[in-house]
Amino acid sequence: MTIFARARLTRTLIGAAGLTLGMPLAAAATLNIGISGDPASLDPARVTGGVWEEDVLRDIFEGLVAIDAQGQIIPGVAKSWETSDDGRTYTFHLREDARWSDGEPVTAEDFVFALRYQVNPKTASNYAHRLYPVVNAQKINAGEAELDTLGVESQDDGNTLVIRLAEPAAYFLKTLVLPFGYPIPEHVVKEKGERWSRPDNIVVNGAFKPVRWVSNAELDTVKNTEFHDADKVTLDGVNYYPIEDKNAGISRFQAGELDILRDFPAARYQWLEQQIPDAVKITPSLGSYYYVFNLRDGSPTADKRVREALSLAIRRDVISEKLLDGAVTASHSLVPPGVSHYTPAAQPGLDDDMDTRLNRARKLMKDAGYGPDKPLNLTLRYNSGDEHQRIAVAVAAMWKPLGVNVEMRNSEANVHYSELMQGDFQVARAAWISSYDDAQNFLQLLSAATNNYGDYQNSEYSQLITQSDRELDSDRRRDMMQRAEAMALADYPLAPIYTYAARNLVKPTVSGWDNNALDMHASRWISLDRNQ
Amino acid sequence: MLSYIAKRLAMAIPTLLIVITASFFLMRVAPGGPFDGERQLPPEIEANLMAAYHLDEPLPMQYLRYMGNLLQGDFGPSFKYKDFSVTDLIAQGFPVSLELGGLAIALALLLGIPMGVMAALKRNTTVDYLLMGTALGGIAVPNFVIAPLMALFFGVMLGWLPVGGWNGGALPNLVLPVVALAIQQIAYIARMMRASMIEVLGSHFIRTARAKGLNERQVIWRHALRPAMLPVLSYLGPAIAGIITGSVVIEQIFGLPGIGRYFVQGALNRDYTLVMGTVVFYGILIVLMNLIVDLLYSLFDPQIRYDD
Repeated sequence: MTIFARARLTRTLIGAAGLTLGMPLAAAATLNIGISGDPASLDPARVTGGVWEEDVLRDIFEGLVAIDAQGQIIPGVAKSWETSDDGRTYTFHLREDARWSDGEPVTAEDFVFALRYQVNPKTASNYAHRLYPVVNAQKINAGEAELDTLGVESQDDGNTLVIRLAEPAAYFLKTLVLPFGYPIPEHVVKEKGERWSRPDNIVVNGAFKPVRWVSNAELDTVKNTEFHDADKVTLDGVNYYPIEDKNAGISRFQAGELDILRDFPAARYQWLEQQIPDAVKITPSLGSYYYVFNLRDGSPTADKRVREALSLAIRRDVISEKLLDGAVTASHSLVPPGVSHYTPAAQPGLDDDMDTRLNRARKLMKDAGYGPDKPLNLTLRYNSGDEHQRIAVAVAAMWKPLGVNVEMRNSEANVHYSELMQGDFQVARAAWISSYDDAQNFLQLLSAATNNYGDYQNSEYSQLITQSDRELDSDRRRDMMQRAEAMALADYPLAPIYTYAARNLVKPTVSGWDNNALDMHASRWISLDRNQ
Repeated sequence: MLSYIAKRLAMAIPTLLIVITASFFLMRVAPGGPFDGERQLPPEIEANLMAAYHLDEPLPMQYLRYMGNLLQGDFGPSFKYKDFSVTDLIAQGFPVSLELGGLAIALALLLGIPMGVMAALKRNTTVDYLLMGTALGGIAVPNFVIAPLMALFFGVMLGWLPVGGWNGGALPNLVLPVVALAIQQIAYIARMMRASMIEVLGSHFIRTARAKGLNERQVIWRHALRPAMLPVLSYLGPAIAGIITGSVVIEQIFGLPGIGRYFVQGALNRDYTLVMGTVVFYGILIVLMNLIVDLLYSLFDPQIRYDD
């Protein structure tokens, strides 16, 4: 008997043992997914925002709204909802058959509890700020108001949930698909405290229920029979394998150990297309990779002419096609093209041919006082990583003809972002990946105090963004946001480089998995045909 | 002997104290904090997080708090793995690293020592060149090259063994990582054993043994092997402590839940408590392994005695 056959036999025996223990039928229809890392927590209030955390939590919890296989918003625990005319009040009517995995009903009180738990300063949730549009949320989170003043209310014996916003926020509903929009079982938290989310304690309301978690190795779930749509869920369970070494992940996928591998490295794209074309799923996603310029006094990039010249000289097609194997698309805007009901504005000049751009760039540099005898010495920061380094080297070479000498500085991610936040840079690599489908999530990067690394200040822009957040007419709102984006891009606070792509390997035996720009995939829609 | 052990353990306390204190403050001096990332947190949230982990207190106070908890065996919460305490993570990961590392060391001794002895006995022959050439290859090719190649060949191409995953420590899952971990150790041990065997074989007591008319086998087994093992033994102390606390490379390539990656990830994420926990754990282990090795010396070298 070969070792492999013995392993198979062992697995069969384990499967048989599982049957006698009353576990669901064998592991035949268990989906194996390679995710990018271990979740920080299974508690929706304590995740840190990794895509891989959302992958897991989306399968084990269901919020007021959910997403279908195409990434579109559909009813979740709420079967229907209304928004008041002033856009400030959301009323959700909950389904009667929503149950926790321990059989208890999911009620509006669970949502009230969850929302209060999220903004409670003691919980120290990384994502509490997503709830700041809700009445008093920010004050409570800052310790300046009582928990029960939060603008949420359970009505109609727990069948209706009302959420009141301080100001209308047109994007609010779309954000509720994220973990902070999930209910939390008050009865379990009261009993188990902070340890409620450990696999031996956790109670969930999604399609799958965690049963075992070996940190950094695997997180196993089984189908949750209490889930209201359980009849339509064909999988017996989903096992998630955190895989940091993506090349090892590709080998495991090829060896048949994984049905889905999330986020394969861009540099392997062409090779995978040749080896396993049926499995490669790639589509532009809602993420922007850009270089941000420091606009503060003292940095040479405080001069708009320099910023424009630098942006014009970057050959984005070379980066996307040659360096990244065509796995991403060159970008001329801040908002990626995949955002629905929105057409991004291009940064002025980027659509011209390269000669025109370079001529203009040289002239701008000359006007700014730089030339062959007075070169511009510039530091370019990026966080450590092979891809970031290759792009930085290429961009430095593209800037060379303008008389720019680039000094490259790389540091690990924590240090990189800490320096960006302190404004200690001239040009730096940055990126934004949105977890909901709305241009606002990108545009706020240049108006909010946080993540506005280059300190771009434009009151007209900020005003437009605030207005668009409050505008309820979707066409008018879109026009405002497009105007704002065009206005900001013309100031060259950043140089867009490329639009991220959702890159997945999916076995042909998996059905119900669709490409979508959000790159969000709920396993409840997936089925497996092992015989194929 | 017992008083020697007690003395050594007592001496370990100040050593560990220095290690803990130095790493505590060095970690805080490093730029970047545990909550700096691609998405900047609003000030209220950062303040809440700092308060939740007591990072808003003055540093000496944090140090005292940490030491107080440590005395009670509490390594504190991990900032990154929020559903686990550092103690949980070490308790979950260490058995895995121990099993992998223990097997790798056993394999390394089992193959490395005979290889070294053989090479020493057949010094400057083809056998010697072949064995030492192979060993040199084992040292020269790093395991992050060997491991993926083995995974590709035995896992993907031949399909004999799983490419990754722990699967509760099932034998097929162990083979590739153990071999990958052992290769370099086999090479080191073989080379060390050869050098020390050659030295011992040239010493006076071996000449005396041969002069007494003992056959070659007796000379090697009874007289040469034990003293020749001494350098390997002193190498083994830190090597075992190092290898059973995991290898970040092997763990990442094969997706294994050992504790090696916590050293590196903890440091990169500025997960202060996790780094401290692993450093303290590793420190204790090194102290213990060195003590055990020193005690073993007396078994291998009759000139070493601890009881006086």
